[in-house]
Amino acid sequence: MEKRSLVSIADHSKEKILYLLEMAAEFEKKPNRHLLDEKVVATLFFEPSTRTRLSFETAANRLGARVIGFTDPKVTSSTKGESLYDTIMMVSSYADIIVMRHFLEGAARYASEIGKVPIVNAGDGANQHPSQTMLDLYSIYKTQGTLENLHIYMVGDLKYGRTVHSLLIAMSHFHPTFHFIAPDELKMPDEYKTFCKERGIPYYEHSQFDKDTIAGADILYMTRVQKERFTDLMEYERVKDVYILDKAMLSKTKENLRILHPLPRVNEIAYDVDSSEKAYYFQQAQNGLYARQAILCDVLGITLDQVKKDTNA
Amino acid sequence: MNQKKELQVAALENGTVIDHIPSDRLFDVVNLLALQDVEYPITIGNNLESKKHGHKGIIKIADRFLSEEEISRLAIISSSIKLNIIKNYEVVEKRTATLPDVLIGIVTCPNPKCISNNEPMPTYFHVVDAENGILKCHYCEKEQSIQKQSKTKKNILPLP
Repeated sequence: MEKRSLVSIADHSKEKILYLLEMAAEFEKKPNRHLLDEKVVATLFFEPSTRTRLSFETAANRLGARVIGFTDPKVTSSTKGESLYDTIMMVSSYADIIVMRHFLEGAARYASEIGKVPIVNAGDGANQHPSQTMLDLYSIYKTQGTLENLHIYMVGDLKYGRTVHSLLIAMSHFHPTFHFIAPDELKMPDEYKTFCKERGIPYYEHSQFDKDTIAGADILYMTRVQKERFTDLMEYERVKDVYILDKAMLSKTKENLRILHPLPRVNEIAYDVDSSEKAYYFQQAQNGLYARQAILCDVLGITLDQVKKDTNA
Repeated sequence: MNQKKELQVAALENGTVIDHIPSDRLFDVVNLLALQDVEYPITIGNNLESKKHGHKGIIKIADRFLSEEEISRLAIISSSIKLNIIKNYEVVEKRTATLPDVLIGIVTCPNPKCISNNEPMPTYFHVVDAENGILKCHYCEKEQSIQKQSKTKKNILPLP
């Protein structure tokens, strides 16, 4: 079988993204299947991430696969100095697919080149986290009915936030208009603005975050402003409460607006927003299950047609 | 005048002339090609007049012809470097040190959190802008400017 690892969302074409979203929609209709009955999924988490791991393991279990792996590298041989190469070689002789989270950037690309089995990147340091992007796309698609011509507003830490960078690249296929709302220290990096310019994608930058700024949004993508990202702590103290969304700020927003957040949230979305029908972050997390079911099946060579017919034959 | 020029570039029967080396990078080229360890004749000149760059360095190596990898390494030091391949007192080939599309196992990644700095594996870069020496790490996807980086020398790996 051809190896079909998922390392970066940029590896996927527009058509492939839409294909995977259609597959995710099939799993939402019927999550419990026997498509991966004979398969063993290894989840190797060299860095703890409870949310992502539970989501992948649930996806594997609901497809009938069995799951092996570790959740804490402290109990594995990597603390004895075993290389990633050796770990991947060993595990790929046991499992049919490896879902891996690693603290080093590029670890997933490297693993995909050495192992005998496909790799699904569940996050490699500050680099890529494609399954998060797939669930973000699925959430946008589901709530807006399309991915085309949307006004996407990204708020908070746009400098280090890998989720916003990957989302920007994935959405670039669908004629978006971007608004970047961030403090000066955490502005969208130039390479992503250049990426937009080269593709004729309009974008606007704001440092002000208020109800007038977000009135035109279809999607409000919130991220956390983290203290450890600041070199100047005075600056952090000045901006920490500026990028907080509360219910009053939604008064001028569009009917179809939905608020997304990769979670965990700390204080950047006030709890009074949760009761708004525009709050979508918990459903978004649930969509992660369907998106990951689609990713696992695709990487293991199961087609949309097979999913629709509910057969792995 | 003519005589002065001849003194600068004495004749070589067979070998390679590495010309137009920026004067402040001459000894980087020596290190890169490990010329301090060889026993065949080498002529090194530095701070010579150059119409293009003001000053230049030049290295003439008898009976040695550089491999493609060595030429790639020279391109990392400077894109101004020119090579003359000499056979039987004649220049049989002129080359410019240009960056290839990929660099494998030649430079290190400046990102300490890159997998390539933490595993026993060769580094791997895509040259995204050969003119300005911009490389993108195949693994961590970070970009670096090689000519700025290589001034520190530390990021160029030794010849195998």
